[in-house]
Amino acid sequence: MIRSDASVLLEIRDLQARVEDKQILKGVNLTVRTGEIHAVMGRNGSGKSTLSKVLAGHPAYTVTAGSVTYRGENLLEMDPEHRARIGVFLGFQYPVEIPGVSNLEFLRVATNARRVQQGGDELDTFAFEDLVRERLQVVQMDPAFLERSVNEGFSGGEKKRNEILQMALLEPMVAILDETDSGLDIDALRIVAGGVNQLATSENATLLITHYQRLLDAITPDYVHVMAAGRILRTGGKELALELEQRGYDWVDDELAAIEAGGRMPAEVG
Amino acid sequence: MTASLTAPAPGLSSWTRDWLAALPAPSGDLAAVQQRGRQALLDLPAPGSRQEDWRFTDLSLLATLPPAQPAAAAAALDLDGPEPGVLRLHLDGSSDPLAGVALPEGLQVLSAAEIAQGLGHTLGATDCERHWPVELNHAAASRVLALRVSSRSRVQLELVSTAASGLLPLRLLLVLEEKAELELSQLLRAGAAGLTSLVLEAHLARSARFSHALVALGCPEAALLGHLAIEQEPESGFSLSAVTNGWGLARLEPRVEQVDGQASTTVRGLQLVSGRQTADTHSFVRFSGPDGQLDQLHKAVAAGQGRSVFNGAVRVPRAAQRTNAAQLSRSLLLSDRARIDTKPELEIVADDVKCAHGATVSSLQTDELFYLQSRGIGSDQAAGLLQRAFCEEVLRELPARARAWCPLEALQLEGGSR
Repeated sequence: MIRSDASVLLEIRDLQARVEDKQILKGVNLTVRTGEIHAVMGRNGSGKSTLSKVLAGHPAYTVTAGSVTYRGENLLEMDPEHRARIGVFLGFQYPVEIPGVSNLEFLRVATNARRVQQGGDELDTFAFEDLVRERLQVVQMDPAFLERSVNEGFSGGEKKRNEILQMALLEPMVAILDETDSGLDIDALRIVAGGVNQLATSENATLLITHYQRLLDAITPDYVHVMAAGRILRTGGKELALELEQRGYDWVDDELAAIEAGGRMPAEVG
Repeated sequence: MTASLTAPAPGLSSWTRDWLAALPAPSGDLAAVQQRGRQALLDLPAPGSRQEDWRFTDLSLLATLPPAQPAAAAAALDLDGPEPGVLRLHLDGSSDPLAGVALPEGLQVLSAAEIAQGLGHTLGATDCERHWPVELNHAAASRVLALRVSSRSRVQLELVSTAASGLLPLRLLLVLEEKAELELSQLLRAGAAGLTSLVLEAHLARSARFSHALVALGCPEAALLGHLAIEQEPESGFSLSAVTNGWGLARLEPRVEQVDGQASTTVRGLQLVSGRQTADTHSFVRFSGPDGQLDQLHKAVAAGQGRSVFNGAVRVPRAAQRTNAAQLSRSLLLSDRARIDTKPELEIVADDVKCAHGATVSSLQTDELFYLQSRGIGSDQAAGLLQRAFCEEVLRELPARARAWCPLEALQLEGGSR
């Protein structure tokens, strides 16, 4: 929801980044305030996933210009683990399988790292089990998945539920969900979206990276941004997503061509 | 290259002579074996890097060890007691481990005549009775723990040894009768400059089952030389899970002979090195008949300037039709200065067989590390979790008690993090 008294959580200014020698982000501007849900849409290769990985601090991406400020601090200077501890969460498009690391232990170590950062005490095994069993309900997940290795042999839907479970435990301030809807059937999508809705409050914010409108039927965004060629080309309300669904992305190409011919930057709206 | 042409490791030959001179005179049931072993060590060239079997294995630590003296018996008071129904014996190389012990049903001590007949038989069957580390054990060991598991009995046994400084020679002879079952968990520890020498022979009669969990935790000043020689009759099953960690030098040679094939062999190995440690596993499995099976996984973690060596020999002669053997070596390289040498060595003459082998060497996966870091787990802790996960595939095969002997903290490698 958009609130008049909201404070700025994340401020992205002219962010440019490359992977290896390829420039992917070419000047992204975005402001995220408390209570807001943003959707970033765009074709494959538009830079959506790169934006999410740069925000989380993936070592393969190099920031070449611009700034990202998180609650007044320079996010780009921080290690990935520190970003997570202070409340930035990335839900992975392809959650990584880690054979041999117990999911339960992984969740406990991660949760405790965040708790200690917030000045709390570490939870022992028993206290954590109580907490995790309660949070499992957010995504209606079978406790049996706690006993397995992290994501190992999980179906696509189970992996995404496990991501949202991590989000439920870490209680981030800014959750960036990268293609959380990909590979989900209708039921799994409903459950995952339900989890995200339960976790969204007036104090935190959510950034949904998505290709399709269907996730936005279940999670209503306050803002929709269209990305193309490493920039946010246009920003609007939820009706912009519907427009994309009806018209496809072809008009984006036309607009982009016009911009590049005219040499002007797209205006930020909304 | 023949052994007689190779030069021994510098210093090792003179160390051997000094060491032999310091041994007490041959005595006890094994006096004759000791006598032969001592002569053999004088005749055999000491192993060195010019011998193919020792090419990658630096033995210089041995030459720094003090001359032979029996290891002081060290108590194992820090260990939790064995679980109910499990017999635990303490082996210190000199006193009688069976003194005052009531053996469970199904387990008997072999007679002197049976020992005379059986001792060395399996070493011969697996072509290692003349190996230098075996002769070293022959020269030093003054007693043998010789046990029989009687037909259709099931026995759970723990053997615990804690080496102090000096030499700890351990000699074991196990005979499993038809359909006998033995679960052996063995702990070898060393906390001071010394050499633990282990020679184990086991003969498995038809349909016998032997599972051996060997946990060997050393220290940088200590060396371990171990030969595990196993003979399997048809339909028997042997399974070994061996973990070595922390030794300045550890060389383990599991050697299996399926005398008429038709048996099943499972080998799991995990060795960890850091600092300037060396760990070496040379395994040998021969199918001397058809329809034999082997399932082998060897894992190694090398940090610091550690060196890890694996050589997995599999022999499939013409008689071994329909053998099904799979061997996989997986190594984790945690430092630029660590070194891993891994080599499958399959010799296949039979034409109707399935023999798979593979070897991988990798470092920690960036994507796995990033995933853990992105959840607030620090890079060192993340690296530790991934290392442990790598080891887990072997550790989880250990029975609970043996598993408790190697808590994961004990396997943490200095300099293991990036």
